[in-house]
Amino acid sequence: MGIPIEQILIQTVNGVVTGMILALVASGLTLIFGIMDVVNFAHGELFMLGAYVGVIILAATGDFWIALVAATLVIALLGAAIYLTTLRPLLGRDPLYTILATFGISLVLQNYALWQFGPVARKIEEPFTGQFTLFYLAYPWYRVVIALLSAAIIGALWLFLKFGTWGIWIRATMQDRVMAQAMGIPVPWVLTAVFAIGAGMAAASGVLFGPLVGVNHAMGVDWVLKAFIVVVVGGMGNLAGSIAAAIFISLLEAYASLWVSPAQAVIVSFIVLILTLLFRPTGLFAPTPR
Amino acid sequence: MSPGDAAVQPLVKVDDIHTYYGKSHILHGVSLEVGKGEVVGLLGRNGVGKSTTLKAIMGLIHPSQGKVLFEGQSITHLPAHRLARLGIGYVPEDRRIFRLLSVTENLRTGLDRHGVSKARKTELLDKVYGYFPVLAERRNQAGGTLSGGEQQMLAIGRAMMLEPKIILLDEPTEGLMPRMVAEIQRIIDVLHREEVAVLLVEQNVPLTLETSQRIYIVEKGVVRHHGMASELRVNDAVIHQYLGV
Repeated sequence: MGIPIEQILIQTVNGVVTGMILALVASGLTLIFGIMDVVNFAHGELFMLGAYVGVIILAATGDFWIALVAATLVIALLGAAIYLTTLRPLLGRDPLYTILATFGISLVLQNYALWQFGPVARKIEEPFTGQFTLFYLAYPWYRVVIALLSAAIIGALWLFLKFGTWGIWIRATMQDRVMAQAMGIPVPWVLTAVFAIGAGMAAASGVLFGPLVGVNHAMGVDWVLKAFIVVVVGGMGNLAGSIAAAIFISLLEAYASLWVSPAQAVIVSFIVLILTLLFRPTGLFAPTPR
Repeated sequence: MSPGDAAVQPLVKVDDIHTYYGKSHILHGVSLEVGKGEVVGLLGRNGVGKSTTLKAIMGLIHPSQGKVLFEGQSITHLPAHRLARLGIGYVPEDRRIFRLLSVTENLRTGLDRHGVSKARKTELLDKVYGYFPVLAERRNQAGGTLSGGEQQMLAIGRAMMLEPKIILLDEPTEGLMPRMVAEIQRIIDVLHREEVAVLLVEQNVPLTLETSQRIYIVEKGVVRHHGMASELRVNDAVIHQYLGV
């Protein structure tokens, strides 16, 4: 066999970079699930629309960072609007209703994007094009920056949840919605805010990842599928678990593609998913159930 | 059915409320009043609708008929979080501590409101930690790791963070050791001294008679008897008739 050590290290870097972006997508998904019990099938489309808003604003302003922030805010507002019009009326119903509703939203958004932007992929220019040499490879700095930025956004979310008033409200609502309300916490607004934050995080990852893959109407599908695997493997609603699972799965895929083609390496994720569901359905990284 | 001082508008007035859980009719027209700063006991056997009455006042159940008034205003259809901000504190039967939040964070759920200055927040926290020193010792511990009695103190302290005009206390001494029961009784007296009204649901009849000024006795979803606690203390025929003790 004899895989050279350089290749393994390169794949490690690749795995961590992809893992961080995946963690960013998945943390929005797991936040929404953990707090609202909503399985958001439209998450991938928020990711995709975020990338498109990024394309538009980048074209208008020429500044990648403005595009990143603006896309995050626009999609967060869209998320709040979706929540208020579609999900809030379904509060307290069987989860099946919200699954169908978000699936419906996903189809609407995807086809809207196809109609509005056409089938040809758009490009988001990288904010900088520098490279460094990783063994025999010219490795783009931008990929490293995405990983760091994703980590920073997740870190900011964690600090917000841990110390902020809204963070305490969100965690209290997650544990006991009725008691939270009896303590004066405006639970309907907390839920709206959580959905908006999750949507904004999806949009941010869409813009960050845009330069690597090209932006088209179906780009969310693959990502959300992978993000769902991550959320299940990490333990539904468990933020730290999702991050660990995102990196774990991305590393496995990266290593697998040393032997097989990257398209086949995806199988590894599904194997992990199935094994998790069979042997540890509460999640690989969930605290041991008491 | 007027409180001790009939000329004064009651703080909370429950007027002929009916509630349903699905198809079963729980409250069949409950009416009661709690005056400002008054401690009122709500007695009755299990399952007669005492907890439901508290939930209806707190806006956690909306009555299908009848009204709830707070300081003369109808609050019947307001959501619970608005009522909490108006000044109604709720200590539920099973305490419902936020188990994964620390003691301080549990208190902050009620404390972090608009219009409360930083100094006032510190003052309120210090006050509750003063009343319950054991909570101060455990301030960074997760709520779920506290003992039953400590959780009860936290539930009451958490409600006090709202600076409420009334606290609805649902069986606060249930399952507690005698020492803790005495502690709860002490804190009800403190609330009374601070002119916070209390609507107390209890199975512990002697404690309720001792701490309350007035008593309502509920049976099968309606108030059957209403009187001064001092009268009931000497007239155990009524207590025996409705509560069988």
